[in-house]
Amino acid sequence: MKSTKSNKPSGENPRNNPPATIASLLATPPELADDTTGKCAIVLTTRIRLARNLAGHRFPGRAAGAQRAAILETCREALAATAPLKRAAQASIDELSELDRQILVERHLISRELSDAKNGAGVVISPDQTLSIMINEEDHLRIQALRAGFQLKNTWAAIDALDTALEDHLDYAFSPTLGYLTACPTNLGTGLRASAMMHLPALVISGQMEKVVRAVNQLGLAVRGLFGEGSDASGSIFQISNQTTLGESEDTIIKRLGSVLHTIIEHELNARARLVENDAPRLHDKIGRAYGILQHSHLLTSGEAMNLLSLVRLGADLGCFPETSRSLVDRLFIETQPGHIQHHATKPDLDPAQRDAFRATLLRTEFAAFPPPDFSGNTDAKTQNDGQES
Amino acid sequence: MASSLKCSLCSKPATVHLTQIVNSKVHKLDLCEECAKAKGVTDPAGFSLSGLLLKASLNTEDAGASPRCEQCGFALNDFRKTGRLGCPHCYETFNALVAPLLDNMHKGTTHTGKVPQKALARKSLYDRLTTLELDLSEAIKTERYEDAARYRDEINQVKQTFGGKPAE
Repeated sequence: MKSTKSNKPSGENPRNNPPATIASLLATPPELADDTTGKCAIVLTTRIRLARNLAGHRFPGRAAGAQRAAILETCREALAATAPLKRAAQASIDELSELDRQILVERHLISRELSDAKNGAGVVISPDQTLSIMINEEDHLRIQALRAGFQLKNTWAAIDALDTALEDHLDYAFSPTLGYLTACPTNLGTGLRASAMMHLPALVISGQMEKVVRAVNQLGLAVRGLFGEGSDASGSIFQISNQTTLGESEDTIIKRLGSVLHTIIEHELNARARLVENDAPRLHDKIGRAYGILQHSHLLTSGEAMNLLSLVRLGADLGCFPETSRSLVDRLFIETQPGHIQHHATKPDLDPAQRDAFRATLLRTEFAAFPPPDFSGNTDAKTQNDGQES
Repeated sequence: MASSLKCSLCSKPATVHLTQIVNSKVHKLDLCEECAKAKGVTDPAGFSLSGLLLKASLNTEDAGASPRCEQCGFALNDFRKTGRLGCPHCYETFNALVAPLLDNMHKGTTHTGKVPQKALARKSLYDRLTTLELDLSEAIKTERYEDAARYRDEINQVKQTFGGKPAE
């Protein structure tokens, strides 16, 4: 695959390198934009998190400053002793600037809740950004594994191994009947939330998304926007995750989510096929305009940029753009977020209008050499590479 | 029985009768018109009966008794306010309140997933050690020296399994 900026820094030998720092992670492109995304067009990322607490200690929301500090230290030591986190970057939240925290939120490495937390909150992130552990968020530990593409099985294997390794060092709060004990009863049992970030433009364009959301909700799964609860669905990106955690094994929860995801993928592919068949001019118009605006605009809000990028991504899935352009789009989904734009800009404290100008400049540059859309009738086959979990 | 049903929230005559199926369990609720509007029942998309039931059951709990968690001092009112508990022990203290909520909240009420085997094995060894040490001091106090010797041997055995870690 052609090398783009989204590739990991080359020539690094992990064994000889010093531990990563938050600053070095921020300078690296987000893991989300890994090339493997190209393998599955509809699922951008798979994420699993486990909520864990230490036995005999108050939950973070109820703990005093000194207790939280002690928990942070205990957890950090335990995490540093596990193989995948030997060279991990770690920081206390109060050491990080507001901008750093925002970038971590935009990369889904920490939550907004942790970003707003005060003393005793911390984060540990593996150098490849596929594992991130929040300390003293709602629970003592929120362990998260993130993979590009549709990879529920691999993601579960990675997080299960880390969780088991942590048992050597930590006594988890656990009850044989209620499972892992969590601050909020809604996370009891497995403490597991598995989610997939899905790109569903055809379901949105054809007005079917509301129906899908309702059906998915009835199956006990939640649908949210890109940045979780309350966020809008700009870019036609939706997060789909399990809501219940007690009464089923991890395996069952993940399998059930997986089968629903497959069904949604199928519906999206059908909706795309119908659009191509019945409404090709409107579809091509949308994709063509998106391309034109990305190449020539001078002011773009992050919401608009997301929607345009989403259409280019759909175009790539339909064969109008080269297959490789998808990973560029996935990287730009993240890098056009406000925090990332501010980070790229050399001038401090851009106001929103300046950010919009900077964002448009960034996109004009990225799309300057981008090939124009090719609508010459091959817009049906390429969508069939989906639905297979890798 | 009275001919008209009363509102589950304010006990005025109920005119709205709801049935919702959550996780294959049927929930029924009778509401007066005002409460139905206030709770957004008329908007089918944004309404969750189980959420409403959860709040209703929290509010009808006897506030006078208000037990506190012996380990963290957490009280029922704190749970009402935050929806979160104070510490792992709270699940024992407030079991009577939490257990019925789980039925609406989850697929089941009993954990069937992963178990932290290593941590549990360590805990049971540790508990065994604590018991043995109590037995030992009791045996010495009552001058049952044969028992004491047996306890001491067992303690050493357990400590060895620990890898000599807890020296005390």
